[in-house]
Amino acid sequence: MADTFNTPSLFVRGKMLGPERAPLQTTGVVGWLRRNLFGSVTDAILTAFGIIILALLVPPIVEWLFVNAVWLGNDRSVCATLGQGGIQPDEWSGACWAYVGAYFKQFMFGTYPIDLRWRPTLVGILFVALLTPLLIPRVPHKGWNALALFVVFPIVAAVLLLGGVFGLEHVETASWGGLMVTLIISFVGIGVSLPLGILLALGRRSQMPVIKMLCIAFIELIRGVPLITVLFMASVMLPLFLPAGWTVDKLLRALVGVSIFASAYMAEVIRGGLQAVPKGQYEGADSLGLSYWQKMRLAGMPQAIKLVIPGIVNTFIGMFKDTSLVSIISMYDLLGNVRKSFSDPTWASPVTPMTGLVFAGFVFWLFCFGMSRYSSFVERRLDTGHKR
Amino acid sequence: MAMMQDKLAHSRAPAASPLYDPKVRGVFYQVLTIIGLVAFFYVIYSNTVDNLRRANISSGFGFLQGRAGFDLGQSLIEYSSDHSYLRALEVGFINTLLVAFVGIVLATVIGLIIGIGRLSSNWLIAKLCTVYVEVFRNIPPLLVIFFWYVGVINVLPQVRASIELPLDVFLNNRGVFFPKPIFGDGFLFVVLAFMVAVVLSVMHMRWVSARQMATGKRFPVLPVVLALVIILPLIAFVLEGRPLSFDVPTAGKFNLTGGGTIGPEFMSLLLALSFYTASFIAEIVRAGIRGVAHGQSEAAHALGVRPGLATRLIVLPQALRIIIPPLTSQYLNLIKNSSLAVAIGYADLVAVGGTILNQTGHSIEIVAIWMVVYVTISLLTSLFMNWFNAKMALVER
Repeated sequence: MADTFNTPSLFVRGKMLGPERAPLQTTGVVGWLRRNLFGSVTDAILTAFGIIILALLVPPIVEWLFVNAVWLGNDRSVCATLGQGGIQPDEWSGACWAYVGAYFKQFMFGTYPIDLRWRPTLVGILFVALLTPLLIPRVPHKGWNALALFVVFPIVAAVLLLGGVFGLEHVETASWGGLMVTLIISFVGIGVSLPLGILLALGRRSQMPVIKMLCIAFIELIRGVPLITVLFMASVMLPLFLPAGWTVDKLLRALVGVSIFASAYMAEVIRGGLQAVPKGQYEGADSLGLSYWQKMRLAGMPQAIKLVIPGIVNTFIGMFKDTSLVSIISMYDLLGNVRKSFSDPTWASPVTPMTGLVFAGFVFWLFCFGMSRYSSFVERRLDTGHKR
Repeated sequence: MAMMQDKLAHSRAPAASPLYDPKVRGVFYQVLTIIGLVAFFYVIYSNTVDNLRRANISSGFGFLQGRAGFDLGQSLIEYSSDHSYLRALEVGFINTLLVAFVGIVLATVIGLIIGIGRLSSNWLIAKLCTVYVEVFRNIPPLLVIFFWYVGVINVLPQVRASIELPLDVFLNNRGVFFPKPIFGDGFLFVVLAFMVAVVLSVMHMRWVSARQMATGKRFPVLPVVLALVIILPLIAFVLEGRPLSFDVPTAGKFNLTGGGTIGPEFMSLLLALSFYTASFIAEIVRAGIRGVAHGQSEAAHALGVRPGLATRLIVLPQALRIIIPPLTSQYLNLIKNSSLAVAIGYADLVAVGGTILNQTGHSIEIVAIWMVVYVTISLLTSLFMNWFNAKMALVER
């Protein structure tokens, strides 16, 4: 038997072949480049196209933002060319960070009295201190934490910001401004729109025709019009609706407008969640003899909210961006303050508007990007594998 | 018999108090709601009437016939400050529709490119598109509008140093100046020829697909349609003696005269709306394409369908089903965001209405007009998209 292996056969090669060429590299830098950038002719053309776009966009932007930028200075002369009455050479253009530096406090607090600015700062610190543990899943006592943030904190913040009690000096809301107002409007908008949205969503799914029709009409009307008209309505029509002699604070009007608007959107998001909860869950709750509110609180809502957390956060992000619209009804939020500063003769130069807008854009971007990242983190964490 | 019924009636469980009957409770709550609502509106109504009388403002829409007295930057229909408020509102309405429509088209095109780009196997292109989406999605649209407005005004030169583009188009910080076409008498025939070409094209497409269904043979569509749409109007154009001339902008001492203009307000609003919305559309497109099961395109390849055809006939129709509903809400958002025009002074419905509101004080009427118009536009758009969605939806047995 062993012989058969040794006898030369027609079907077995007797001579060794020469070595094949090494296969194309698939690891390392070259392999990566080949796979991801130059896989085919089209790919190479696309890559070249991308490089051209980068080369056209990135150097001017970096040059404008950092290389040519002015970091220090006391007035407009550092940010204006000789022809415009400044010290920079003609044809110069760059970001004027000195102006942002000079205005930074105003961008944060508006015209809040300077010696009282420790109060909004303290509120900010409290807010971060209460929010951070709420956002980190491992930290215990979420219920108490939420209670502190959504019930105790608003009262403390209102007392600190408004003053007028406990020997604190009273500060008019008219002098509030900047990022502070942006954050206050978003916080109140979130705090009001979530419960109101839940109620509206439940109302829209209610068996009672009158309540159902009312909720549908409200939600569809608000969702059908732009926020700016709702804000106009809150700012010009609200005073008409109240008895003579009553005045509503301007900030409060904006808060009412934003909250109404956001709750209509929130209602639709939550309705989506309620619809996605299987019918058997509600039937199970019914068969256990739970009342309507018990059923919703214990069975419907927890599952629905969990399903739509990404949608809720997206609504928050949208609302945070929408707060910039209050600058149109002459409220001075962050964007309103930045725009107001354009007309200041001390700093007015051709580059200041763009610098201010870039700064405001960066602040907004930071908050929104952070929220969306956190949302995708929660989504991954809550993904308990029930998805098909 | 009667006795038995009597017995049955007695043996039934004692009826629960009507206090616990869900039906009774429902009626009670609803009546309560209606009473509360009527009271609420009554208080508001009486307060409003009171306040209006105090401020000496008459109510009603009669004021719309008054002389407007302000000029508008851009109008597609004839308008001057001597026209009525109503006419001004019409101009604003048309401007809103214009920017919304062009914006939707532009945003869809950009969004489609970016969304497909994010799925590209090319690392650089995918990353560039991701950066685009993450930047524009997280900045308020109002800020994007200001970016473009300030950027456009800053970068473009003064009127005297206008950039000259080919075809007599001028670019400066007052906008784009382009030759305005003036249509002669016979131009109607060119339009008619174009319509005939469109009808013929549709018939051709139907014939091609019917033939493919029957015989499996394909027939070129695009070349035939292009030829029809271009050649037919061209023939009519030449036959009618070229009834078209251009009003070319000419450089005067201080301004360009003649020609048509697209103002910087329209440009920056349009660019901002489409760039902002495109970042959302890109995400929707990406999710839609990824939502189509991989087996679908693999099966197409296994059957020997070419990649281009596989995308067009198999992946895209299925992806569209996922894409259309969220796309509708993005279109609605764009239409609503066009009201931000008020911030840079583009004469849209809200900007014009705001001016009238400040002049006349008729806030209730103006806000009512806004609401009715926007709700109507939104409803019509969603009706159209729902119809389109129903057409595209999976027809199940």
